[in-house]
Amino acid sequence: MSGVEASRPSIDQDEPPVLEIRDLVVTFAGRIGLLSGLLGKEATSARAVDGVNLELRRGEVLALAGESGCGKTTTARAVMGLLRPDRGEILFEGKPLGRHLQKYRRRVQMVFQDPTGSLNPRQTIYEIVAEGLRIHKIHRGPAGETEEQLVARALTRAGLRPPERFFMLYPHELSGGQRQRVVIAGALALDPDLIVADEPVSNLDASVRGEILSLLLKLRDELRISILIVTHDLGLAWTVADRVAIMYLGRIVETGPAEEVLLRPLHPYTRALLDVVPEAGGIDRPYLTGEPPDPTNVPSGCRFHPRCPRVADGTSATYGVEALCRDEDLDLVELRPGHVAACHLANVDAEAATRTGSATATAEPNGQTS
Amino acid sequence: MGTRQYVIRKIVQAFVTLLAILIFNFFLFRVWSPGDPVSFLTRGQGFNLSLEERAAVIEEYGLDKSTWGQFTEYMKDTFTGKLGVSSFYQGESVMAIFFRFLTPTLLLVGISTMISMVVGIWMGIRSGWRRGSKFDRGSMFFSLILYSMPEFWLGMLLLMLFSSQLGWFPVGGRVSTNVSSMGTLEYFTDVAEHLFLPVLTLALGYLGEFYLLMRSSLLDVLGEDYITTARAKGVLERNVLNRHAVRNALLPTVTLIALSFGYVIGGAITVEVVFSYQGLGLLTYTAIVAKDYWLLQGLFLFFSLAVIAFNLVSDLVYAYLDPRVREA
Repeated sequence: MSGVEASRPSIDQDEPPVLEIRDLVVTFAGRIGLLSGLLGKEATSARAVDGVNLELRRGEVLALAGESGCGKTTTARAVMGLLRPDRGEILFEGKPLGRHLQKYRRRVQMVFQDPTGSLNPRQTIYEIVAEGLRIHKIHRGPAGETEEQLVARALTRAGLRPPERFFMLYPHELSGGQRQRVVIAGALALDPDLIVADEPVSNLDASVRGEILSLLLKLRDELRISILIVTHDLGLAWTVADRVAIMYLGRIVETGPAEEVLLRPLHPYTRALLDVVPEAGGIDRPYLTGEPPDPTNVPSGCRFHPRCPRVADGTSATYGVEALCRDEDLDLVELRPGHVAACHLANVDAEAATRTGSATATAEPNGQTS
Repeated sequence: MGTRQYVIRKIVQAFVTLLAILIFNFFLFRVWSPGDPVSFLTRGQGFNLSLEERAAVIEEYGLDKSTWGQFTEYMKDTFTGKLGVSSFYQGESVMAIFFRFLTPTLLLVGISTMISMVVGIWMGIRSGWRRGSKFDRGSMFFSLILYSMPEFWLGMLLLMLFSSQLGWFPVGGRVSTNVSSMGTLEYFTDVAEHLFLPVLTLALGYLGEFYLLMRSSLLDVLGEDYITTARAKGVLERNVLNRHAVRNALLPTVTLIALSFGYVIGGAITVEVVFSYQGLGLLTYTAIVAKDYWLLQGLFLFFSLAVIAFNLVSDLVYAYLDPRVREA
């Protein structure tokens, strides 16, 4: 992924956010077998997303990262209006989704992990790219372009040149990278304001990953499209994101500017994820142990405490917060400008750091012990 | 690889299959089958014939030649349509008998297949689209029952109820015996009355297969990302189903449809026997019981031809519908 370097143009912090997620909760009803039902068991519902808040500004790339099952894809689907949240709101340009869903869908487009699955095998590339235009009854572009011109322009922007050569092809006649470009062209045809990309390069060969990522960044720079990238790969977030949000078990545990979060992580979970990222000088061995998170059975206190290396090695006990870690649920706290985290240990440590006035001390309790 | 090569390859494959069947048939009926071939060709008169008459038959069918010589004779005869005569039907040519029994079977099995196809696919789509609904659970239940029920048994039940007990329909046969005294309309009504119960039996019997396949392939397609993409882009639910989901989910069903039509001419042996319906199924049964080897051989050939032909049709239609197949 080297060679792709975000130029990171200035993002206007005073401008209202394009997308705002407020206290989003999505639960999935548990299924229960006949026998267990007769035995009096009750279906346990899973809180896939449990109170997520996020903001995304125009021309900003936000990476939503975490392990599989943490709720990041569910969040993305809720943003796309594909599932109904149990609680909370999603605001697009300040207006809640719901009543204007069809209009909203014109301006927000989605890119999936598997480009082969995202393309209807029986449609030609032209039909696929033109579909959005047809759904939203756009017969002419803003400058009077025909449908064909709009499709050609979308393909060109997505890097498929000359576009006419692709019109009559079917998805299976293209390579994986080209297919993902078709998916992106289908999104671009509608001139979107926001692209939600769910693991957009995980299924692609390493050699084309960089190309697709730089394409997304180019679109961000040239068209000022905001991009929400869902990924399990912090290395990718490192490469493309302006801001990073780390999710664990349905909650966001740390957010901030990409460099801040990735170079000076506050949360032990972020630290653990970074330890396996080669770009961050990490080591190639699993750092996290213990049960993978189970959204039907959320632990008390800090959700991460059963797997937290800082609890395990006694650091949180040394700082006198182990009881809090085990029993006290907590919210995100802004510990550095624009950099928030939900960690009892980081809280006390930040206080300590403020008292001593030392900036370097902040990193220490979360630093590697070995 | 282009479409042209694909078509050529499929046609060649069909011919190879046909050739294999011809060779197998030759050994089955001419080399391995016991008995006196002259006797089969002369209504069982084998040893009552004069030596001259025997010699004439032997000469005509090349029975005195070596196995290889007989084989070339057999191939020549088959391709010129000389399929021999039936012993059971008193020396009538196999070809003529086949066509006499073909129309009733096309009516019976053709209509049943059409009905179960249309109804089964419609039910499958509705079921898959509203998975877990009352309709889905209900049709799943009935389809599984029908699918696992032997057709002849269902036929017997219907026959007992509607013909013996209620007397609404004739107990069997293709037409009533007094055909000659009927007007055209009367004749059609009579044929329809005789068709009703066997068609109902077969249609119910075939229904499950179409239903289950359509339902499961729709469920597969509905899980694909392009369906989610279509929804996210704002495609109306109706069009998500019709333009994206059903169009793709029909692909496996196309194969089943073509193969079912291939089996149409094979008739429905058990159901035709239960209803004494004079179609190719009953004819096959008769030929087996009467050890009418030449008739059986002809029927095997026609049945195989139909299956091979519709298999080819299914491959070609599939390629037309699914762009991926052409390249494969």
